[in-house]
Amino acid sequence: MKYLDEYRDARIARALAAEIRRHSSRPWVLMEICGGQTHTLMRYGIDELLGNSVELVHGPGCPVCVTPLEIIDRAINLARRPEVTLVSYGDMLRVPGSESDLFHVKAEGGDVRIVYSPTDAVNLARSLPDRKVVFFAIGFETTAPAHAMAVLQAERLGLRNFSLLVSHVLVPPAIRALLAHPKNRVQGFIAPGHVCTVVGCRDYEDLVREFRVPIVVGGFEPVDLLEAIHMLVIQLEEGRVALENQYVRSVQYEGNLPAQQAVARVFEAADRKWRGIGSIPESGLYLKPSYAAFDAERLFNLSGISAQEPAECIAAEVLLGHQKPTDCSAFGSRCTPDKPLGAPMVSSEGACAAYYQYKRHLVTL
Amino acid sequence: MCLAIPGKVASIDEKDGIRSGRVQFGGIVRQACLDFVPEAKEGDYVMVHVGFAISVVDKDEAERTYALLESMGVLADELTPGGPPADS
Repeated sequence: MKYLDEYRDARIARALAAEIRRHSSRPWVLMEICGGQTHTLMRYGIDELLGNSVELVHGPGCPVCVTPLEIIDRAINLARRPEVTLVSYGDMLRVPGSESDLFHVKAEGGDVRIVYSPTDAVNLARSLPDRKVVFFAIGFETTAPAHAMAVLQAERLGLRNFSLLVSHVLVPPAIRALLAHPKNRVQGFIAPGHVCTVVGCRDYEDLVREFRVPIVVGGFEPVDLLEAIHMLVIQLEEGRVALENQYVRSVQYEGNLPAQQAVARVFEAADRKWRGIGSIPESGLYLKPSYAAFDAERLFNLSGISAQEPAECIAAEVLLGHQKPTDCSAFGSRCTPDKPLGAPMVSSEGACAAYYQYKRHLVTL
Repeated sequence: MCLAIPGKVASIDEKDGIRSGRVQFGGIVRQACLDFVPEAKEGDYVMVHVGFAISVVDKDEAERTYALLESMGVLADELTPGGPPADS
């Protein structure tokens, strides 16, 4: 496929890896934020291709992983109600709550549906006027415009049986929390290309200035990631600190203005809890009071449901880049993708799950 | 989760006040909302995420970057015929 295959070209990837090894004088510690990027790095063995020239640590950018346990419990609570049709992206169904997951609730007879797009959920609400259709709206900045449009469309159609269970998080406050942490080791970041396609580059430029750390906006294919790593290594070797954009074919400095406007109409920022990390100031999106009629948390009175995360899981250390998945004593034994203890083992984009899938050979089970 | 895939806009129409397009991804065709990319026209490539186009692929930038990357790959091959580039 055009604009995909050429960025998976092994010959170019090898050449870029050789360039990185040639330029790097020490193992620079770099973090990719997005879980999709983590998955590509592991899948194509890019970390192994780079040897000791860089150390890649993996960020908290997997929305499935960082959705708090209590929100999963709230989704499960909704799915068990006889009047509710709970609609979700497929990857949320396996995510364990405190006692169960949405797959089990579905098997027990709960009305849980999987869709590809929030538009499908709006259409479902139209075709099922007697059901209360709740869409489980999780994601980062990339997905927020689509969820905002679903609300605007439902409003336009006068739908009274459609609402969102919102668990939206924002990337820059998480990077800020990570950089301000006393144990931070990260010397350069690959910023998430599709988040920046929507919101633009300004917030990342602020982070570069505030923390004097190089950031390169990167794409998702092996060649994209290697080029972004190359750009970071060159900056670090030259002692420069700048925001650069590797993913120019999709990201413009201003981002996507119509998408930003849709989000600003429907959502507002406030503190949010991240699974494995805890609360981060101004790091989440919530429906504005003017759209309270679409807020499932209010409509179904869910705020009383809270949950405690398993103590053995070192998710926070992994999501902040302080430890690798393989440093955890439960990894691959008491914690696997089938029976995850915590956030990063939950989704295939989580660092622990990606290690489990592609790097099991490194672990003595 | 933040995956977005490039596809070619085959046709554009308006349904329920929403501008939407049939977008080809290799052999698969899907409907995608084009409201966030008012500049998109038939034949353009758009990045699609959960049924919404979030950008029009900048063709010139993509070609320029790719040519640069390819020349790097070709050069490496020429320097090390018959095998991957050696460590420096």
